[in-house]
Amino acid sequence: MPQRWELPSIAWPQRLRPSYWDGVALPLVIGALMLIAWASRQMNVPYQPGEALPISLDPLYLPEYGLRTVLRMALALICSLAFSLVYAALAAKSKRAERILLPVLDVLQSVPILGFLSITVTGFVALFPGRLLGYECAAIFAIFTSQAWNMTFSLYQSFIGVPHDLREAARMYHLSPWQSFWQLEVPFALPHLVWNMMISVSGGWFFVVASEAISVSGKTVLLPGIGSYIALAIDRRDLDAVFYAIFAMLVLILLYDQLLFRPLLAWVQRFKVEEIGTDEIEPPWFLVMLQRARLFHLLALVADEAGALAGRLRRLAPPRARVPAPPSPWRGALFDWAWNGVLILGVAAGLAAIYDVVHNEVGWHEIVHVVLLGCITLARVVVLIVLAALFWVPVGVWIGLRPRLARLVQPWIQFLAAFPANLFFPLAVSAIVEFKLDPEIWLSPLMILGTQWYILFNVIAGTLALPTDYQLVAGNLGVGGWLWWRRLVLPGIFPALVTGAVTAAGGSWNASIVAEIARWGNTTLTATGIGAYIAIETEKGDFPRLALGITVLCLFVLVFNRLIWRRLYRLAEERLRLD
Amino acid sequence: MMRSPPPSLHPSRTAAQSLIAATAISKTYQTPGHAGRLVIDQIDFALGEGEIVAILGKSGSGKSTFLRILAGLTLPSGGAVYYRGQEVHGPAQGIAMVFQSFALFPWLTVLGNVELGLEAQGVPRAERRRRAIAAIDLIGLDGFESAYPKELSGGMRQRVGFARALVVNPDVLLLDEPFSALDVLTAETLRGDIIDLWLERRVPTKGIIIVSHNIEEAVELADRIIIFGSDPAVIRADIPVPMPRPRDFNTPAFRRIVDEVYALLTTVPGREGGKRGARSETIDIAYRLPDASIQQLAGLLDALSAPPYNGRADLPQLAESEHLSTDDLMVLTETLQLLGFAQVEGGDIETLPAGRSFAVADLLHRKQIFAVHILRSVPLIAHIRKVLDERPGHSAPEGRFLAELEDHLSEDEAQRVIETVINWGRYAELFAYDYDSGILSLENP
Repeated sequence: MPQRWELPSIAWPQRLRPSYWDGVALPLVIGALMLIAWASRQMNVPYQPGEALPISLDPLYLPEYGLRTVLRMALALICSLAFSLVYAALAAKSKRAERILLPVLDVLQSVPILGFLSITVTGFVALFPGRLLGYECAAIFAIFTSQAWNMTFSLYQSFIGVPHDLREAARMYHLSPWQSFWQLEVPFALPHLVWNMMISVSGGWFFVVASEAISVSGKTVLLPGIGSYIALAIDRRDLDAVFYAIFAMLVLILLYDQLLFRPLLAWVQRFKVEEIGTDEIEPPWFLVMLQRARLFHLLALVADEAGALAGRLRRLAPPRARVPAPPSPWRGALFDWAWNGVLILGVAAGLAAIYDVVHNEVGWHEIVHVVLLGCITLARVVVLIVLAALFWVPVGVWIGLRPRLARLVQPWIQFLAAFPANLFFPLAVSAIVEFKLDPEIWLSPLMILGTQWYILFNVIAGTLALPTDYQLVAGNLGVGGWLWWRRLVLPGIFPALVTGAVTAAGGSWNASIVAEIARWGNTTLTATGIGAYIAIETEKGDFPRLALGITVLCLFVLVFNRLIWRRLYRLAEERLRLD
Repeated sequence: MMRSPPPSLHPSRTAAQSLIAATAISKTYQTPGHAGRLVIDQIDFALGEGEIVAILGKSGSGKSTFLRILAGLTLPSGGAVYYRGQEVHGPAQGIAMVFQSFALFPWLTVLGNVELGLEAQGVPRAERRRRAIAAIDLIGLDGFESAYPKELSGGMRQRVGFARALVVNPDVLLLDEPFSALDVLTAETLRGDIIDLWLERRVPTKGIIIVSHNIEEAVELADRIIIFGSDPAVIRADIPVPMPRPRDFNTPAFRRIVDEVYALLTTVPGREGGKRGARSETIDIAYRLPDASIQQLAGLLDALSAPPYNGRADLPQLAESEHLSTDDLMVLTETLQLLGFAQVEGGDIETLPAGRSFAVADLLHRKQIFAVHILRSVPLIAHIRKVLDERPGHSAPEGRFLAELEDHLSEDEAQRVIETVINWGRYAELFAYDYDSGILSLENP
């Protein structure tokens, strides 16, 4: 949908006259196009397995590696967007589809992302034999899996939450399903979607780094990018290079933030349905450029014309009846039967496959072993979340009670959350090696290194949302000390704290695969746990055990979510909501 | 397939020139695991050319659902709707609707919102713009074309709602409480502007149906007022309003019709004329209790007992002096009648002995009087109390009673009724309720 910033009937000629901003916009656009063209050609170079791609630790190569990393990220984001639009629309429109799509999404969400990478890489490589593209696809797919589910859930929630009266208005004014999808449902979903995209991309950086060094049956392929650069730096024990990579990543995230998300967040303000309390956001410079440069108006005009043309073509089809015809009743029942049949067959086939693998390949004692490993990792996750909460709740409340400080700090915490924690692993591991610490204990904090920020971030937001009246009342009644925490602050921030902890726990499960086993040069540190198990089996290329590890981890996450997080959520929803 | 209505189905009013005709409309809501619940029962209705019809009824009486059935937004469970002789199976072109909540797309400008219907019809852009701007001018929004709905006041937003409806040149305009989200002054101005457009024939619209809860508004606008009885919705009265326009609130003719409508709306069916013996026929466990606030109830009884009313009042007057909306007034009078605190006859309300003793009692005694009367008059409360008395632990989960209600009421309605009952029971100290566990008990908290 092109946006009109002023009344076109008055401003047609003016709109297309170049402005100063075009001087900035034109080189930017052309430069970006050329870079993308070059980098995408690099993705499809011939490649034989076993051949080592030349990666250099020279920081001069970092811009190139950064570009390749960013491109992977962008492609994954586009795929995620397309996937989530289709998937969420299906789930929201069809009751039948919803019944199966939602549980599937729930399971997909709990599959460890690096597990996807290990499982799918062979398939992708076979798809493009003799080319690098297969490995690139596998890496992009892994990033995709770290973003898509979250975005899909957000879209689905928005689609089913479209206000009833707007839906009725759309029907009353005869918008076709296609028109109401783009004019009602998608615009309504946009603010939430953009916010979730930002969170997704934050998570994605972690996996972009982790997925560039791909292991296939014992061999490691390093795709040119920041992740591979750091993998090589670890291999060579080069601390300087580690710092260069951290700096490059910092710049990349800053660019993404400035060029993509700040403008998007400001732009989607208009799609919010709430009528009051919308803060005016200072328009970011990049959005101002997009709005002022005539080049983009020209593009918008072209898009608009194309849309109008498509509309005219559509009208060549026979016109709809003035009064709609009655729906046919029996088709639905028949379809239901067929659909249920397909579902039952699918479930039966899946169960048979699982039984086959477990029975013939790994054996039951291995399952018990893996479940025990899962329990160990579970203990780590729980202890870490509790420790992080104990530490960050007081800090977050302290900051949240000072709104000006909070506004200053918040973007930085968002930034910390986006920063891939695995870049810091080499520093921690070299310290563990240096001081001869016990890896069983000291590798654990790495799992929460990147995800603890969600707790802090949410606690600050929760404290900010606590009405000042409550604080005044507490002060007036002389409520202080522990009573103040118990009666005012903890119940007040509880929903926010739960949200933060859920996000942090989800991230920690994922991180366990890279955090429970760590290298520094030729020293390998291992902590007992299911993450290390999966990482080791991936390296060995033992597919049945790998599948077992991933399945068990997935089950742990599912059960944990059901038993603990859902209940806490419900408690927060029903009793501790502020409105 | 379009069919003409079979001639035998035409009700007497459905003349050939009627714009919309509805024959034997019923609507049943199916809740899983429960018997279907009938919300609209066999309504026949016709809208003639050049007619404005107002539909009045207490809130939750199914009048909005009925309007949505006429609009083609909701399909009836029985009966059929015909628009110009063709059966309606979905929103028909030629019928437009204005919503209580405005239902504007917040991401479109005023112009974009008004153009929406034309865009969907595939009107070319230049014509679209011309017609939209004409409609915007007509409704008095010129200068606001590029504004977003967020920037506008409620009254201006509803003007956009009207412009969006009028721009498609509808035959029939369906108005779903279009003025009730606006303040009194704004509503009056907009109402005046709309009726002027209609009287001066500046819009091609040939018929209007307005659902309202405001009696004066209905009398001011309509040629005919239809009064819905609830549970399930049936047409209780069809009152012609043969008055020239513009209509003046203060003429005796106007007041007479307002009084008549008040009388019809506030009388509980089966108890006309204060015949209290008939109550058991209409009130059972699943009676849709009016959710009256006890504070308002006490306030109204106080006002009614004090001068100038001294126990007897004209309802429209009482509503005005106590600043009560028609909805509130209907809820309160129904409750007062239900509990035997007052009786309503011919648009007048009169306190009964129980109501008088409640009005003079102190806080503690009020609770006792209230307790006696709700136990006697509200079968659900008597039922709950009996269950609690009989159970060994003197406690029972709320869900148990909710499930009983859901056999007869929709989930939302059942929830609303149970909340009202808990509220009344707590005030009367008949039973206690624990929110966290959802347990009703006889314990003193």
